Amino acid sequence: MQKNGADIIMECLLEQGVDTVFGYPGGTILNVYDAFYKYSHKIKHILTAHEQGAAHAADGYARSTGRVGVCFATSGPGATNLVTGIATAYMDSIPMIAVTCNVATNWLGRDTFQEIDIVGVTMPITKHNFLIKKAEDIAPIFRKAFKIAVSGRPGPVLIDITKDATAALAEYEKHIPEKIDNYKIESESSDFDKAVELIHNAERPLIYAGGGVIASGASDALHKFQKTIDSPLTLSLMALGAFPASDEAFTGMIGMHGTKVTSLAVKNCDLIIAVGARFSDRVICDPNTFARNAKVIHIDVDRAEINKNINTDAHIIGDAKAVLDELNKRLSKVNHDEWMAQIAEWKKEYPVQHKGREVFSPKVIIEEIKNAVGDDAYLVTDVGQHQIWSAQYYGVENPRHFVSSGGLGTMGFGLGAAIGVQAAHPENRVVNITGDGCFHMNLQELSTAAKEELPVIDVIMNNNVLGMVRQWQRLFYDERFSNTTLNKKTDYDKVAEGLGANGYTVRNVDELRAAVKSALDSKDKPSVINCIIHQDNTVLPMVPGGQSIEEPILEIEIPSDDNQSGKEDK
Amino acid sequence: MSDKKEMHVLSIYVENHAGVLSRISGLFTRRMYNIDSLSVGETENPKISRMTIVTHADENTFHQIQNQLAKLEDVKHICELHKETAVLREHVLIKVNAKDSASIMQMAEIFRANIVDVSRELLTLELTGGPSKIDAFINLMEQFQIEGLVRTGLTGLKRGTATEAEKAEHLKNN
Repeated sequence: MQKNGADIIMECLLEQGVDTVFGYPGGTILNVYDAFYKYSHKIKHILTAHEQGAAHAADGYARSTGRVGVCFATSGPGATNLVTGIATAYMDSIPMIAVTCNVATNWLGRDTFQEIDIVGVTMPITKHNFLIKKAEDIAPIFRKAFKIAVSGRPGPVLIDITKDATAALAEYEKHIPEKIDNYKIESESSDFDKAVELIHNAERPLIYAGGGVIASGASDALHKFQKTIDSPLTLSLMALGAFPASDEAFTGMIGMHGTKVTSLAVKNCDLIIAVGARFSDRVICDPNTFARNAKVIHIDVDRAEINKNINTDAHIIGDAKAVLDELNKRLSKVNHDEWMAQIAEWKKEYPVQHKGREVFSPKVIIEEIKNAVGDDAYLVTDVGQHQIWSAQYYGVENPRHFVSSGGLGTMGFGLGAAIGVQAAHPENRVVNITGDGCFHMNLQELSTAAKEELPVIDVIMNNNVLGMVRQWQRLFYDERFSNTTLNKKTDYDKVAEGLGANGYTVRNVDELRAAVKSALDSKDKPSVINCIIHQDNTVLPMVPGGQSIEEPILEIEIPSDDNQSGKEDK
Repeated sequence: MSDKKEMHVLSIYVENHAGVLSRISGLFTRRMYNIDSLSVGETENPKISRMTIVTHADENTFHQIQNQLAKLEDVKHICELHKETAVLREHVLIKVNAKDSASIMQMAEIFRANIVDVSRELLTLELTGGPSKIDAFINLMEQFQIEGLVRTGLTGLKRGTATEAEKAEHLKNN
């Protein structure tokens, strides 16, 4: 059947089961938006306030569902506005399709109005990208793009289409997409033998799981693996939720802001088993001292991760779930009573606690919210101190329920992502924990949530400073607080109300409780809860850049408010 | 694993379409891998180009290079070429001052270089060979005042039947 390029795009989305997309129209993408008009009963298009919001929303949609997130933007500035969102997805291996349109083929390469070589721009931040100049290429390339996005290690794919290709007619025939089988193992049996031997010989193993466990849906297999080898287990930021935080074997997060218990476990273990994790600098801190007493087994779907940052003693290439299932078959139950008792003792000695004088602390706020929304809720974060507090104190119990920008550390990610999560899960509550810095980066998306009647709850940890940077300035820049004291004149309640949301400013637990209750009662309107907290709450433990994970800073001395020696800039 | 940087020659089958060269060279740039030379051209199959990249890397980095290249969608097959088991050739064009043309021609004969252009002031020579032969020839020509020089970078093919097996495998994968 003959269809124009824009209609073929819609049909390809339907083939893949896409029912929700995020985007923003413009000149070169007009034909596609005309098709959205025609297909509006089948595909819901959520119009964001800015293309960056659309990219983060598609990303949040993908992270919370495991399906491909899809966003649309026009050429030139529309396309470049997606870039941060695409890079965010790329760094965290999130399956996403970004569709942009470009100027007509005969105008390509001539500095045409709103022309950008977005394929060139996004080459380093996509798994692959395409430029389509002919309508007949649209269907095969869309099918290929969806396949690339979800196969093996997932990632974003950009498709740029010239305006003439979206108008031209081509033959279209409906295809049922081939089933992607990611449940695969590349390694040989002998690699398993080696890993099994190392595991059986270990006296003090430690499992370190990463985002790959979530991507492959391997949580149950991981749990079984942990029980079989009787090992403590730590998670990277990307993996929070892959293993229940309440489990006694969980040592807390690993890395720069990991728990003291984890750093002791890393220091004292004799075998570290990394599953779907990539030994990022934020995890290992110093490659020379990381797990220096341990052998390393690395399980990952991406061969290029093996021996990239840390040299391994054994490795298995394959999907995390497939590999763990196979290991579970091969392993017999072992016990490490002494080691597990030691972990339990450390957990008692170094509980997760917040250091600070304030009663209305970030920990109190996060626990209040968790109690109010329950384990079914999705927790999204922005980037900074509030992100790490959320990671440390929330205690995520379920995979895909914690959505945070790990690799790229994108401030302004949270609200857009929360919109995507809420669009995917209309029945669940979605909380975005943000800071007053991050809030200002993408606050316009409140208008999107309001218009779409998405009851996202935006909780601002408002400390009047860029807290994480300030913390570093205190420690390493002699308290010269350059450009980190915000002193904004923003009236948060008015901003919220002005953009169609509920606004609450709270200064203590009682006010917070009332605001959360009111926000939860609001089923079709977003809410902003502006929590006023002290400017010198710190994120601890902390490993200063490049130093050993073995000796995290556990305390930072903060002078009393009357006694601050800090030098605020004017 | 050895930390010593050594020369490696990679032969890479890639899709023959726009942007492939920037994908490959971009990967080397952003991951801080070194490229000594890169040459590319169409193969007997017009859908496939073959790239020869010469790089200096320690063993671990060289594994990384291959693994990262293999992840690119447009890369179909990668193999390493060793000078013992492959034919490695480079082509050079050198323009030299023709004042002492008799000596130049003598040297050219020894190296089996061809004179491809002659004018009153200048001689242009071409030579094909392995990198060390090319280096030696350039070195000798320097005494005659080199006015211009261009080399293609290394290309190569595995000797004997090895390539055929690869080709079969590569066609199977497509």
